[in-house]
Amino acid sequence: MAPRAQRHAGFSKRAQYTLFTGYIAAGGGALVGALLLGLSLWNPAFLSGLRGGAQDTVAPATRSVAVARTESKGLIASIKGYLRAGSQNAALKREMEIARIRLKEAEAVRQENARLKGLLAIREGEVKPVAVARLVGSTASSTRRFAYLGAGSAQGVRVGMSVVSPRGVVGRILETGRNSSRVLLLLDPESVLPVRRSYDSLVAFAEGRGDSLLRIKLVNLGINPLKAGDLFVTSGAGGYYQPGKAVAIVTEKTSDGGLARIVSDPAGTDFVAVMPVFEPEAAKVAGTSVGQAVAQ
Amino acid sequence: MERYAPRERRDAYGPRINREHSPLIALTLPWISIMLGSLLPMLFIATALPLVPPTGFLMLVAWRLVRPGLLPVWAGLPLGFFDDLFSGQPLGSGILLWSLAMIAIELLDRRIPWRTFAQDWIVAVVAVLAYLLAGLVVSGASPGSPVLVALGPQALLAVLLFPATARLVARLDRMRLTRWRAA
Repeated sequence: MAPRAQRHAGFSKRAQYTLFTGYIAAGGGALVGALLLGLSLWNPAFLSGLRGGAQDTVAPATRSVAVARTESKGLIASIKGYLRAGSQNAALKREMEIARIRLKEAEAVRQENARLKGLLAIREGEVKPVAVARLVGSTASSTRRFAYLGAGSAQGVRVGMSVVSPRGVVGRILETGRNSSRVLLLLDPESVLPVRRSYDSLVAFAEGRGDSLLRIKLVNLGINPLKAGDLFVTSGAGGYYQPGKAVAIVTEKTSDGGLARIVSDPAGTDFVAVMPVFEPEAAKVAGTSVGQAVAQ
Repeated sequence: MERYAPRERRDAYGPRINREHSPLIALTLPWISIMLGSLLPMLFIATALPLVPPTGFLMLVAWRLVRPGLLPVWAGLPLGFFDDLFSGQPLGSGILLWSLAMIAIELLDRRIPWRTFAQDWIVAVVAVLAYLLAGLVVSGASPGSPVLVALGPQALLAVLLFPATARLVARLDRMRLTRWRAA
């Protein structure tokens, strides 16, 4: 049945004007949208304060949902543990997995140390996280992979800091609100991270593909030395990330590198630590274009 | 006590005596439900793939198709803006795409005023697929084949979710006109 033709205004001048104004407003809305879109593609930080504020507003709700979600996940995990061989089984397995990653990381650190022995006066010391918080949500329906973190500028979180979980690197802070911030996940199609193989100095870039895999792009082309199972860790190049954190494990070899699965899948991540920028000076230089002088 | 015309005491929207429709709820419920739809994907787990259907957009399309004449043509502007705040897409993409969707459905309604559920579903499928593809193009990410492939499950979920969304909207539309006890 055809609906009553409300949108035919008939002879009523008022109805005609209302209808006309509606169309004008809709067209204008589309134009405004196109304009804003152009501006925010040109300058991604455009009006980011607005988003930060909006994030802060809904943070209490997202935080409590996140707590419920991870707790229910924990419940399911322990039920699974009982079903198999007691509740410890699940916990032990998780620990074992982390230990295996740690072992590979330790190997990387040893190799790094050996290389640095040649250079003297390299500063050493424990790096303390700026903040520890929950990943409270994500942009689960957009092509861009962002996550929301339950800590913001009030907790000392700044743009550019790296976000790590006990398993490995999760991403980088992109925007901060007062009590929440937006994290660019490694899986985002725009994310690029300098990495190296855990047991030698093979350097590469890990780029997000947007489909839950990372593309490992080798810096030196030639014979592709990758093997499935190779662990890649952060190299510290660029100055943003602490070196030696687990990033991804190669699953498949391609012509110019490989495809890798991320070690710290955001879906399995609960609490994360925000680490300070590794070398602020280097990061500043890396962020400066060729023609510009580095501001002091 | 004997009751006169007991059937006349209530209808689909509740008891009629000493009860009133609430203009506030009748006018705001569609908007609020669409905004809640925009917030919903954020509560899900931080998935490695874009997996959750764009529930805000689905709600918008469902309200527009199930209950035409309720949302004005320009509703895409404010609702799209709200969606942009949380969706992770660059600001403006929601405003643009939601406005275009509203205009497109309006134009389609002028051409084909008859409706069946199947027709609504087809319109929704086309709208959602176009929305996802356009969202990919304007997301600021370099579109490649892996990203396109990753869109598949999400699109499928969205298409399958439309009938449920339409039923939800129909239920909400009845709730919209519930009578409340006059204060």
